[in-house]
Amino acid sequence: MIRTILAIIVKEFQQFKRDPKMFGIILIAPVVQLIFLGYAATLDLKFIRLAIFDQDNSRQSRELVKELEAGEIFIVEKYLSSYSELEENMQSGRILVSVVIPDDYEKKLLRRETANLQLIVNGSDGNAASIATGYLSKFLSMYSQKYTIHLFEESGMRPPPIGTIIAEPRVWFNPLLVTRVYMVPSIVGLLLSIITLILTALAIVKEKEIGTYEQIIVTPIKPYQLILGKLIPFIILAYAAALIGLAAMWIVFGIPVKGSFSFLLISSFFYILSTLGLGLFVSTISKTQQQAMMIAIFAVLLPMVYLSGFAFPLDNAPLFVQIVSYFIPLTYFFVVIRGVILQGNGFIELWDEALIMLLMGVLILLASAIRFRKKLD
Amino acid sequence: MPDNINAIEVLNLTKRFGNFVSVDDISFSVVRGSIFGFLGANGAGKSTTIKMLTGLLNPTSGDAVVAGYSIKKNPEKVKSSIGYMSQKFSLYNDLTVKENITFFGRVYGLDEKSLQRRMLDAVKIAHLEGNEDRLTGSLPGGIKQRLALATAVLHNPGIVFLDEPTSGVDPIARRGFWDLIHELSDKGITIFVTTHYLEEAEYCHNIILLDAGKIIAQGSPKSLKADYLKFPILSIETDNLISAMQVLGADLNVKDISVFGNAVHLITSMKENNESYFSELLQSNSVLVRHIKSVEPTLEDVFIYLLEHKN
Ligand SMILES: Nc1ncnc2c1ncn2[C@@H]1O[C@H](COP(=O)(O)OP(=O)(O)O)[C@@H](O)[C@H]1O
Ligand SMILES: [Mg+2]
Repeated sequence: MIRTILAIIVKEFQQFKRDPKMFGIILIAPVVQLIFLGYAATLDLKFIRLAIFDQDNSRQSRELVKELEAGEIFIVEKYLSSYSELEENMQSGRILVSVVIPDDYEKKLLRRETANLQLIVNGSDGNAASIATGYLSKFLSMYSQKYTIHLFEESGMRPPPIGTIIAEPRVWFNPLLVTRVYMVPSIVGLLLSIITLILTALAIVKEKEIGTYEQIIVTPIKPYQLILGKLIPFIILAYAAALIGLAAMWIVFGIPVKGSFSFLLISSFFYILSTLGLGLFVSTISKTQQQAMMIAIFAVLLPMVYLSGFAFPLDNAPLFVQIVSYFIPLTYFFVVIRGVILQGNGFIELWDEALIMLLMGVLILLASAIRFRKKLD
Repeated sequence: MPDNINAIEVLNLTKRFGNFVSVDDISFSVVRGSIFGFLGANGAGKSTTIKMLTGLLNPTSGDAVVAGYSIKKNPEKVKSSIGYMSQKFSLYNDLTVKENITFFGRVYGLDEKSLQRRMLDAVKIAHLEGNEDRLTGSLPGGIKQRLALATAVLHNPGIVFLDEPTSGVDPIARRGFWDLIHELSDKGITIFVTTHYLEEAEYCHNIILLDAGKIIAQGSPKSLKADYLKFPILSIETDNLISAMQVLGADLNVKDISVFGNAVHLITSMKENNESYFSELLQSNSVLVRHIKSVEPTLEDVFIYLLEHKN
């Protein structure tokens, strides 16, 4: 009967209303989490910060630096005047690459010789270092080509009709390979998981602890009514938190939802069927809130997050992890949220992930619901 | 519900937790409309029995028929015919009086009209007229218990189970609570109530005394007194309880002694002239007797005697 379910939902919200902590978790946690995780991502690479040590200080060298600064990728943070200063700046970690222009740079160019530049890269973050050198090499090869053409034109000659081969990498969806962009949407997945898994389990076990659970299961209420009544409020809270998270993502990080918003909402529902089921399961095996919290976090949430490609794409993960990840609903959900938010995808590209989540969700929820008994032992 | 004179019939009910036997093969029945007292010290197995009878725990063996339904085969039918007030306070402290009543009323399937009517009754029972919007957690203990009972009978059950409803409540409120139990009983509701206050047994129509999961006595207060205490009881007031106990304990005419406040209660096999006999015995051992008289046995006398002689 709908009325019984509704009675529980109303009761849950009356209790939320009197528990400011709960609202803190629902409203503030998404924003804090986003900001914290978003900024803490060390692989962050929005701009490539450079230092220039121009030993030549010639017309040609100044021309090169001007070109570097003109693009949107490089930011020249510092002009250096000695190697010791260079070392100091590199060590602080603020500078990713130092470009050293030797004092014979212009001379060599004018003599039509090959001029060498020195790139000193902070390799402590290998990923960032290789991305940065990649962009710099590309920039320099373009610059050098332009310079050659310029020389031909200056000397009144037509450039020879021999093309050079330049690989032009185009990183789609996240042109600067900003890890934040990769991570931030997955935070929405985390938020949904935390609310539907942990808060749900805690809410049920709390009633066991204070004794009200006994008073409810001694009534003729049907198990499905009790389950739905307890789960639906957390579905509502989860959506509220997710919407706040998405809004914060847009406002704080400038990452809007590019793809189908309605598909995102529907597949979120398919996903949380699994986490609600797991939350319900945790509540059936826990006697205290502390126990429920421990099991939910350490036995369910953390493994799920680590094995589902939260921070890094799974393509680089060990085979074992890749295989396990196929059985984790969160894996598919991460694919869906990244697909929808970053790549602008929707039902056409992601329907199979959504379908898998729906099947897994129904299975997990049913299995947990069957285990659920209106008994104390 | 079959037309049976008994509201509850228990047959060989047993509950084990691992190797520990919490309720040990008990059988009894409860007459419809009566107040049935289930007495015993902490850990005797009262709550475990109640939880089996209300369908909350599965019996290890045995069965019971409650309101006409087997607790094993039809626990959900049992649940819709009974009310239950657990030992822990089990309304929501963070809901108002009204919200609690509304919630449980709806869960029991009351329609909105009868809910409104029953709400008025419940608020009246709990003495909470005008305080419907107070948070339940802020109410005094005695009022909370009345509210819990009123909530447990919202759906007009034929039987209500009360697990230590008066524990932790002050004596005046306790008295009031028993009056309330009698009011409900007068309306025809069968009441199954547990308590560890032995003196509350006098308020019940029938009693079971439980010890370590076993029934050690049952019957009405009157029949228990008649059956178990066939000997006179003397109450002796003295300034020197310890010496009095020593002297009396050594006498062959004494069956049992126990301390009741500042007096000694003594069960004796001597039917005639016992007052003068014991008063002289004590005086000759230089124990001053302030007052000595025959007393009617109370249920407490019976229970203490039984608990000490259960072997
Ligand atoms: N779930 C349980 N697991 C193990 N032992 C239990 C459990 N519930 C009760 N007991 C034990 O059974 C005995 C009877 O408990 P209980 O029925 O609560 O007693 P009472 O209500 O008379 O105080 C106690 O010794 C208690 O420790
Ligand atoms: Mg008890």
